[in-house]
Amino acid sequence: MHYMEMEQHEERALSAGIRVLTFVFRIALAIAIPIIAFLVLYAGFLFLRAGNAPKWLITVVAIVWGVGGVAALYWIFNWIIEMLPKQWTGRLQPFVFIGPAMAILTWYLAVPTVRTLAISLFDRDGLAGGNFVGLSNYLAVFTDRLMREAFRNNIFMWILIATPLTVVFGLLVAILADRSRFERVAKSLIFMPMAISFVGASVIWNFIYEVKPAGSAQIGLLNAIAVGLGSKPIAWAAHTAISPWNNLFLVIIVVWLQAGFAMVLFSAALKGIPEEILEAARVDGATEVQAFFKIMIPYIMGTIITVTTTIIIFTLKIFDVVWVMTGGQFGTGVIATQFYRQSFIARNAGYGSAIAIVLLIAVIPVMIYNLRQFRQQEAF
Amino acid sequence: MTIKTSRMQRLRGPLFVNGILALLVLVWMIPTIGLFVSSFRERFELQTSGWWTIFPHREWVNVATIDPREQGLDATGLMEVEGVTATFEELREGVESPSGKRIQWVGNRRIGRIEVQERQWAVNWSFTLGNYKQVLQGKDFEYRHADGTVEVIPGDDFSSALFNSIAVAIPSTVIPILIAAFAAYGFAWMKFPGRRILFILVVALLVIPLQIALVPILSDYAKLKLNGTFLAIWLAHTGFGLPLATYLLFNYISTLPRETLESAFIDGASHFTVFLKLILPLSVPALASFAIFQFLWVWNDYLVALIFLGGNPNFEVVTMRLAGIVGDRGQDWHLLTSAAFVTMLLPLAVFFSLQRYFVRGLLAGSVKG
Repeated sequence: MHYMEMEQHEERALSAGIRVLTFVFRIALAIAIPIIAFLVLYAGFLFLRAGNAPKWLITVVAIVWGVGGVAALYWIFNWIIEMLPKQWTGRLQPFVFIGPAMAILTWYLAVPTVRTLAISLFDRDGLAGGNFVGLSNYLAVFTDRLMREAFRNNIFMWILIATPLTVVFGLLVAILADRSRFERVAKSLIFMPMAISFVGASVIWNFIYEVKPAGSAQIGLLNAIAVGLGSKPIAWAAHTAISPWNNLFLVIIVVWLQAGFAMVLFSAALKGIPEEILEAARVDGATEVQAFFKIMIPYIMGTIITVTTTIIIFTLKIFDVVWVMTGGQFGTGVIATQFYRQSFIARNAGYGSAIAIVLLIAVIPVMIYNLRQFRQQEAF
Repeated sequence: MTIKTSRMQRLRGPLFVNGILALLVLVWMIPTIGLFVSSFRERFELQTSGWWTIFPHREWVNVATIDPREQGLDATGLMEVEGVTATFEELREGVESPSGKRIQWVGNRRIGRIEVQERQWAVNWSFTLGNYKQVLQGKDFEYRHADGTVEVIPGDDFSSALFNSIAVAIPSTVIPILIAAFAAYGFAWMKFPGRRILFILVVALLVIPLQIALVPILSDYAKLKLNGTFLAIWLAHTGFGLPLATYLLFNYISTLPRETLESAFIDGASHFTVFLKLILPLSVPALASFAIFQFLWVWNDYLVALIFLGGNPNFEVVTMRLAGIVGDRGQDWHLLTSAAFVTMLLPLAVFFSLQRYFVRGLLAGSVKG
């Protein structure tokens, strides 16, 4: 009996010892694993930054390191948190889940907005030793000739011409495809440009607009047609004689790229119109045109607004197409190209930031409207 | 009678609809078809004839060559050739003879020759893979002219740019989705103080155009020596894609059936296990939709890459390389067309194979604000 008790006692002491040991071991692990993970990740970073290994190896390592690294960090932090007493796990776990997203959003979007706002009040050196100039950058934004041209293009050419064109084309194709047996194929093909980069699209359209001197064979489709009709070859997008209408040749590219987007949304909306309503209207003697304007259009109005606002936001920020096609020259500059030119070529941080803030202020109301519209539709 | 007209209408309706639709589709396709066809044409042909000449067409073909000196023609005055009387200048432009032939002086006044041309059916069918070879290789490319001179053009090394694009695009797609999925789960299924305010912040950040962030982030990167690294651009794409990803995934994850999760918690599963074993598999449709979007967006992005990878020619992605050719050699259409097609190949493949998810994503609002 006594002996047994002693043994139990010993066992208890032993298990307490093991518990202490495992605790120490766990703490050691909790410290060691993050350190090892950090070292491994840092070594991977240095390897990638050096970039002198074979290309395929760099690519594989980059993918494994980037994706695996993020997953590993989550796993490690969660593992540490879950070792804590239950109460603390519950308290801290949300930070493991939400923390990284909030940190990145703060670093990449929230703080930069405030910083850009601050920089816009300084001259060309910004916060790094620049002088405070108050609102004079903003004054320049609204008086500079190139900026006025950019506003004209953004508002007139892009919002008032490109956006309705895209919406109308998208709607037209959606309605036609809805009545055709070849719906799937037709929609796929019209939609395809969405997968093409703006740079790629610019090359495609540069090729269509290509101009050769008069007398030699025109290899650009548009000039071949123009010359065939007896015109001189024209440098379409760079043709300043018809300014500002040369912008339309850039507008065409964007309509070509974005009509598919509009079409997909309209197509889905049209499918949502109950067949009975249309049938009832037809029975009552409504023509197709009447049915279209009196029933279809009101029914899909929400989608029309969503598509329109989305394209307005897109065209307000339009950059790549203009930059690659004309570099913003020949009277085709837009807000985003002026921003790029001032910020990264002229290195005028204050002025560039002011342009960016103006762009933000222009986008905000449209975006809020867009989001509200989206919630009403409960599309997701 | 009425039956007949209605049948007529029924027939004419689809014909009209399909006709207009086919026309629109054709107009939409022509730019891409032109690029595709041209990318396989020889450099010289590409520069001297339109890509549509691969279709049968009528063009002037030389049928006889006359040496003006042998004929004793005087190039300074009027000349009579094949029933045409014309000056040198007129012949330079080409003069049509009454018999429908064209007489044209080729070359200069002293040593030129006269060609008699006839209008004939022709197709320009000589295709090559050489353009692609030159665009993909990093090596110098020798180009032999008709007169025997050799021109050396550096290859464009698109294959390494393709690797770079893959190394940029895949992590830039997976990382934001992972981070957003964790955050979306947290917002949807965890209780903590400040949850509502933080979520409103995420949605509010949807409005920020990424241009706003470029200058401050670039200066941060300069301090951290991150410029021109993959990590820099992954994080940038993650930051810019995160509000939308979180918003969309939250909308999806928060609608998953509550009972499934509760029974898992009762069984003693932790949040992490539930997220990994239950939520992620259930969210595959939403994840796939956003993934395709983000992938295409990153692959096709030019601005972000230009700014954060611009200083490192070693890590240039395909859009930068293509824009580079546009800038440096905008007339080399044999390179531009094939290079553009190389950059489009992967997104087009993704697009056509996963179009269903892509459309679903669009309908869910996967459009960058």
